Amino acid sequence: MFDDLRDLYQEVILDHGRRPRHGVRLAAYDATAKGDNPMCGDRVQVWVRHEADGRIAETGFEARGCAISIASADLMAEVVGGHSDAEIRDLAGKFRNMARTGTAPDGDAAMERLRPLAGVHEYPSRVKCATLAWHALLAALDGKGDSSSE
Amino acid sequence: MNLADIRAQFPILNESVRGKQLVFLDSAASAQKPRAVIDAMVHAMEHQYANVHRGLHWMSERTTEAYEGTRDAIAALLNARDRHEVVFTGNSTGAINLVAHSYGRGILRPGQAVLISGMEHHSNIVPWQMLRDAHGIELRVAPITDAGELDMTAFEALLADRKVGLVSITHMSNVLGTYTPAARIAALAHAYGAKVLFDGSQAIVHRKIDVQALDADFYVFTGHKLYGPTGIGVLWARRALLEAMPPFMGGGDMISSVSYECSTWAELPHKFEAGTPAILESIGLNAAIGFMNSVGYDAIAAHEASLTDHALSRLAGIEGLNVIGRAQDRGGVVSFTMQGAHAHDIATLLDRQGIAVRAGQHCAEPLMRRLGLDSTARASFGIYTTHDEIDTLADTLIRVREFFA
Repeated sequence: MFDDLRDLYQEVILDHGRRPRHGVRLAAYDATAKGDNPMCGDRVQVWVRHEADGRIAETGFEARGCAISIASADLMAEVVGGHSDAEIRDLAGKFRNMARTGTAPDGDAAMERLRPLAGVHEYPSRVKCATLAWHALLAALDGKGDSSSE
Repeated sequence: MNLADIRAQFPILNESVRGKQLVFLDSAASAQKPRAVIDAMVHAMEHQYANVHRGLHWMSERTTEAYEGTRDAIAALLNARDRHEVVFTGNSTGAINLVAHSYGRGILRPGQAVLISGMEHHSNIVPWQMLRDAHGIELRVAPITDAGELDMTAFEALLADRKVGLVSITHMSNVLGTYTPAARIAALAHAYGAKVLFDGSQAIVHRKIDVQALDADFYVFTGHKLYGPTGIGVLWARRALLEAMPPFMGGGDMISSVSYECSTWAELPHKFEAGTPAILESIGLNAAIGFMNSVGYDAIAAHEASLTDHALSRLAGIEGLNVIGRAQDRGGVVSFTMQGAHAHDIATLLDRQGIAVRAGQHCAEPLMRRLGLDSTARASFGIYTTHDEIDTLADTLIRVREFFA
């Protein structure tokens, strides 16, 4: 019945939406921020711990939201490890672009991992579900504490 | 009532969505429009349109008659004593803001309280918060029970110190489908010296409203949920209250005379209708009321009660599905959650089958908190909804559950 929805709900999204690997509050962190989408009630908080060299050691999150928003937060937490803040800002821009247009540059390992989320571009009302965690992560890196995907 | 005949009057119901027959279960957000409404507005634009209340020419006189004719239709619909008690606004939100501004700042005194309930739409919360912060009014919230009904004991207790000057409360919850006991609420409010406003945005779509029988002081509703156009709503209030209230917005149409030193206000209801009103929308709303009257509230209520019973029974049979709210007196608005599936995911999957529901907080964030929820999916029924559509919803929800299992 929902075969044509498999573009949006790929197995990796259903899997990470059901069983996020990084859905934990970090005990030790140096940056955190909340994101919320007031229109729909989705909420996320992201915690980040950096290495001494400025690269991300670990990312965790707690979220209340749909399969797309949880899976997106989880895949984000997975791919940002080992990257500098500048690299993450670049990645976030590419991800936002992919969520809106469905296309992402080839040959980028992190973007390949995130590509299952490209399907949201066909669902304008769901793009913000996919980008919510990224908004929160960027707010954490900017030291802002709060963000919104509206 | 002949459902096939009724459906035939709504052209949009023939549309397909994503290759499927449209199943429109989002009427509580905004209802679809019957042919009579569409034709009345097009006819006005093609044959009979000018500004109202000012022209000394044929077109303006005829258009004024049409505009004022809608006021008569609304007075009759609500069983108002006096057509001058009917004020046009932009929507229910506009009507509540009018009361919050004019009655709130003009009549209520700092230290008095406004009492709302724990199941209000944001439109019946935020205007009172703004009044509270600007004018020193206390805002009280009467709690609801776990079943989603107004806690009448707590409600009365909040009136006991007689500080409440106005009770402003929904007549039917847009999330839970609960009808509030309006006549009892009005009697209690009056016993403690308070006036009462009912937000009838949902209720008037499904039930005959008699403002005299309810003993209401203010009653508000919006046109677009009543099968009419967007951009027009109604404030009904007792004449003595409207006469005592200062105007809300200043401008043309609402004045008697203007000089740089002072202006005087027009008679009711024009005192509250500054600027060129929603003329075409008033003509559409009159047609919508005519449509409602042609079907009849008894038939509408019976049809929707049957739909609601059927929906509650079908949804109860779906494992992991939880209907939110178990009020005794309820109408055709059914919110639910599903284990393992978020409301947005449910809505997206249903949409793929052509089924339109709403998902989210339904402009009722404090109520969602009270229920311990972030969001629900909501199916809401209209005059054109069929039992088959509810079966389609239920059958599809079973597949949704399998998809996320």
